[in-house]
Amino acid sequence: MSKVRVLVGTHKGAFVINSDGKRDKWEVSGPHFAGWEIYHMKGSPADPNRLYVSQSSGWFGQIIQRSSDGGKTWETPGGEKMPAPGAPPSGESNKFAYDTSAATGKPLTTHQWYDGTQHPWEFKRVWHLEPSLTDPDTVYAGVEDAALFRTTDGATTWQEVAALRGHGTGPSWQPGAGGLGLHTIILDPSNPQRIYIAISSAGAFRTDDGGKTWRTINRGLRSEYIPDPTAEVGHCVHHIAMNPRRPGVLFMQKHWDVMRSDDGGDLWREVSGNLPTDFGFAIDVHSHEPETIYVVPIKSDSEHFPLDGKLRVYRSRSGGNEWEPLTKGLPQSDCFVNVLRDAMAVDTLDSCGVYFGTTGGQVYCSKDAGDSWAPIVRDLPAVFSVEVQTLQ
Amino acid sequence: MIQVVLPAHLRTLAHVGSEVSIEVSGPVTTRAILDALESSYPMLRGTIRDHVTLQRRPFVRFFACQEDLSHQSPDTPLPEAVCSGKEPFMIIGAIAGG
Repeated sequence: MSKVRVLVGTHKGAFVINSDGKRDKWEVSGPHFAGWEIYHMKGSPADPNRLYVSQSSGWFGQIIQRSSDGGKTWETPGGEKMPAPGAPPSGESNKFAYDTSAATGKPLTTHQWYDGTQHPWEFKRVWHLEPSLTDPDTVYAGVEDAALFRTTDGATTWQEVAALRGHGTGPSWQPGAGGLGLHTIILDPSNPQRIYIAISSAGAFRTDDGGKTWRTINRGLRSEYIPDPTAEVGHCVHHIAMNPRRPGVLFMQKHWDVMRSDDGGDLWREVSGNLPTDFGFAIDVHSHEPETIYVVPIKSDSEHFPLDGKLRVYRSRSGGNEWEPLTKGLPQSDCFVNVLRDAMAVDTLDSCGVYFGTTGGQVYCSKDAGDSWAPIVRDLPAVFSVEVQTLQ
Repeated sequence: MIQVVLPAHLRTLAHVGSEVSIEVSGPVTTRAILDALESSYPMLRGTIRDHVTLQRRPFVRFFACQEDLSHQSPDTPLPEAVCSGKEPFMIIGAIAGG
């Protein structure tokens, strides 16, 4: 029988939550790495028991954790105590050093700062880990200040995919209030050379040659909060989702506006339709119905909680524009939590499960594609990220 | 042997108790202690000082013999009591917050 494993990253630790395919009873394991911020954790599609975790702290910086048994035990890759002389590089699983070598062609060491001056690129944390679709030892990491890194040795060492930061627009990227984070990485299952990424306050980018060259994919986006609303970069993309069964069709939650592209990001069009507010962070796509998408509208620009204190997921079954509120089982009064960009996920069971976590520490699950919801855990620290693995 | 006291989160990370003993060859300085510590416990690399610049992380402090040694050069010789193991070299996660 199928099983479901939910990976929850929170402000104060990681939680692994398991259930059988009925999704009625949940077993919570954690907190793992208690007291640390867990921006993201994700399992390898090629080996579901291989998990990767981004663990960070304002005091002690970045740590990468790895599990090879589905989260029962953990290790810092290459961090063995007292390594043998001559052993491979050790203690570098958390070393994200920007590539300034001549080999990149364009060593790039500064980006735009708040005051308009150029500012050195400074590593702060890993926002998102995206394991390869085919190799458990290969993982991409999206980091702040915005850059893409890749490991091919199970996170023991990381190398920057430098051509992204070397894109001609790099020096004009500027952090927003949340930092200059690379938060979205989507691998195209139909084309191993194609990767989509998105950066807060810069926009979306795509490579079609495995990371050697990148192009902006922001045409059609309109952002009134930048001097040129249709500029090539500067758009605050919050998240992008894609159904792997239909690569090339992308859905975006932008700072404002929900957008879709049917051509791999070459052109976007707005599908906010009748949403009560088109601001939000999370967005995802039904596992089996590629025109069914989910968002959680959030009031902005500064409140960042649901409208009217009602926590509502909105679902469109038509690929956008026509949206319906989903409220059954969700608090409909006095609810002032947020749902962050990486805090929504779907499983692949026949009746698609949809999951999301809140900054109030609840993780909700819908076993019926959004028709009804129930908390699988309700008093965790603020939830940063939710990922789901469907296991056989 | 030099006695090094670690903050709680780094003890967990390194799978050690509150104090570890390390051997330092040559002059005993902050840099030499951190080099030896990271050599024995590679998972601590990057957590006390930056991987690339080797600068002390902002909220990490170094105390010994009732003194804050955080701002002195990492190559300054440390007090004899630390070198002899009589007093520990303390790595502290600063109280920061509100």
